[in-house]
Amino acid sequence: MLPRDLKAENFAKYPPEARAIVVEHLEGLRRLPLAFVPSLLREAIDYDYRFPVERSVIKKELEMLGALTDAEVSVWFAGFAAVSVSQALESLDWVNLPAQFVEQEAAYLWSTHQLDAFRSAAKEYGDRLDARVNKAEPLPLQRLGIAVIGQGVSTYDAPLMRNLRKHGTYFSNVKPDGGLATLLALVEKRAEKHPKPYAHWCIDGGAPSEHSDRITSVSYEALAPLRNSLLKRMQTEIDRPGMGPEELRTVLARLTPADFGMENFSDPVLSRFELKLFTEGSGTQIYSTTFAQWTAREVLRRAQPLTLLVRFAPRQRQRPMNELLAGGHAEANVDPNGSLVDAEMGAYYQWIDQQRLPGAEQSAFIAWFEDHGDAVVIGPSMPRGTVSQSAIEMEKLLSLVSI
Amino acid sequence: MGSAVMQASPFARAESVRKKRKIVVVTFGGGARDQETFAPEGQENIPHMLSEMAPQSSFFTHVTNQGILGHYVATASLATGVYETLNNFASVAPEHPTVCEYFRKELKRPSSDAWVVAPSNGFHRIGESEVRGFGPGQGARVILPKRLLGLASSGGNADFEHLLHDNYETPLYTPMLAGGEVELQQLEAILKLSVSDFATHARTLSSPDELSLYIAKRLMREEAPSLLWITMHDIDVAHSGAYSLYIDGIRRTDRLCAELWKTIQTEPEYAGNTTMFVLPDFGRDSDFDAGGNGFQHHRTGDAASRTTWMMVLGAGVRQGVVYDTPVESIDLVPSIGAMAGFSPSRSSGKIIRELV
Repeated sequence: MLPRDLKAENFAKYPPEARAIVVEHLEGLRRLPLAFVPSLLREAIDYDYRFPVERSVIKKELEMLGALTDAEVSVWFAGFAAVSVSQALESLDWVNLPAQFVEQEAAYLWSTHQLDAFRSAAKEYGDRLDARVNKAEPLPLQRLGIAVIGQGVSTYDAPLMRNLRKHGTYFSNVKPDGGLATLLALVEKRAEKHPKPYAHWCIDGGAPSEHSDRITSVSYEALAPLRNSLLKRMQTEIDRPGMGPEELRTVLARLTPADFGMENFSDPVLSRFELKLFTEGSGTQIYSTTFAQWTAREVLRRAQPLTLLVRFAPRQRQRPMNELLAGGHAEANVDPNGSLVDAEMGAYYQWIDQQRLPGAEQSAFIAWFEDHGDAVVIGPSMPRGTVSQSAIEMEKLLSLVSI
Repeated sequence: MGSAVMQASPFARAESVRKKRKIVVVTFGGGARDQETFAPEGQENIPHMLSEMAPQSSFFTHVTNQGILGHYVATASLATGVYETLNNFASVAPEHPTVCEYFRKELKRPSSDAWVVAPSNGFHRIGESEVRGFGPGQGARVILPKRLLGLASSGGNADFEHLLHDNYETPLYTPMLAGGEVELQQLEAILKLSVSDFATHARTLSSPDELSLYIAKRLMREEAPSLLWITMHDIDVAHSGAYSLYIDGIRRTDRLCAELWKTIQTEPEYAGNTTMFVLPDFGRDSDFDAGGNGFQHHRTGDAASRTTWMMVLGAGVRQGVVYDTPVESIDLVPSIGAMAGFSPSRSSGKIIRELV
């Protein structure tokens, strides 16, 4: 089937809100090339379970596509139209399985040396979309990212946070007493001042920190039952004849919270998000540092929070992958120093991901070596690549960049 | 009289040297970025290659892989000199003749003269294609150390488990073998190594690549193949998202490459007549490409994931020279052919002139 053949009844299996919004904009979709449409449907099919920012972006994009003139469609989608799509892909039920289509399309693009052309078309489209509908609106609050790294490390001699130092000021003498509590209090204060769903987050690589309901919280430890259930499910699938990595990914993509008894959770948006952290992330099921980094990436990409605090915790020591994935062993041994190195990179990626969001030039970021004196502070008023050796308390450090 | 003339002839000497020439290829895998290896900020991770090997090498700073960036398909592309398009996760042979097939066919070498040491079951078809005129029985013998270890420890000894995971990209999936690889009972015949000694030694090793090096050294001692291809894979633990483990993998591979180079220089069959190639199969995604997640994967096809380096050392190689000339990873096979005296006729790569 091609997009021009789309009918409202094709979307009968979509959740109600997703079906409504797609059907409302069907005319616009019919004019677009097959190489593009499933990517958009992959986002839209989960509309009912998307964060507010995502819903707004999807709605605006669909409206914009419907408003394009035919001449604009030709220009905007020339790159996608030039990408050839196989007969097998065309025959796939891409309306109901858009994620599988996109995955198989990627493999096809690699094998036919069309990946660069597709990337170029996608970038061109993204730039046009940003210019037309994603114009940055002033944020109600300067965006703030906080990364707390190195939990459980007593001493560490190698230089830390070298990637981040280039973009801000490195403080070598932060007074650590009460540092974490100060940071958490700041997150609470910001959430109280600007209460908005999914605008303020705490991600914990270990146990969840205490916080009010105004803050959305995800923690590795709290999700242990889900992780273990999923690992068992994966192992069962692997043992089935004919199961390979691509089939496994397809199976994982179809899982929903109901498959794990999560249907009664009070927040269906968050429970879907949590499940996807494990079904779409790689390594999130076994290493808490990977979980924290990937969760931060997904929170920033999807929810675009105003405040995000990520506290990395020691991950388990590397053990054989098959044993880990089989589960059933106590996570007795941890690797604090290796986890610090992981978290250092995770903090750098958190800052990069934050800088991709609107208002990046005004955003602030703090990375702190927990219970130690090392921190990097990045913000519009902070000099880059400089070092401060003066003693400074956490509260004062925060006042340099945050409101 | 005739034989005396022949012995004195420079042509005969050249032929004699060519016959003794040995080639060792090491893929520095799976997938390492410049910024964690030879770029200034990464050099702390490769002290052995930087200080011991680089000064003796011709170093190519700009090696591009324009093919599919999956480890098996990319290694197959390196081995055939053609950008292969096979399914990275399927148990299939390369679609074009491999360097081992060209080598054996044109130089009329026995099967014992070309070996592949590969990390996991997913690479067990890498030794030969199914192309008419080449194909089954015409390529390299393949040894899968982890597979052997799995068989040796089939009694359920948990001590071995940390070496057995197959593929970091799809850690739960272990493809079925279709035969052709060296089996356990051949350990003793080929490597002069009893199953119990093999198992005992494996207990002292910390990673699959260490096991691969151990097996490669045994092969060099017992079989002395003229073409030896070793695929390292520890670095691919990066797919787990733990940066420290990725860096540990690079440091270990650096150490193992230096150890192999030392072995080459001390083994009588290899010393002085061996050319060693070290190159990653490709890089990994850039920190700044929104389509990826930095070092963790190699999915975007961006410049960081496609561009890497190659180090060439030993016989016939200019020492301490750095070449910025762009080359492609498929140029490896034609260049080996030019050095060793065979013509990879179906390769689409070019001979790297700086090496011949």
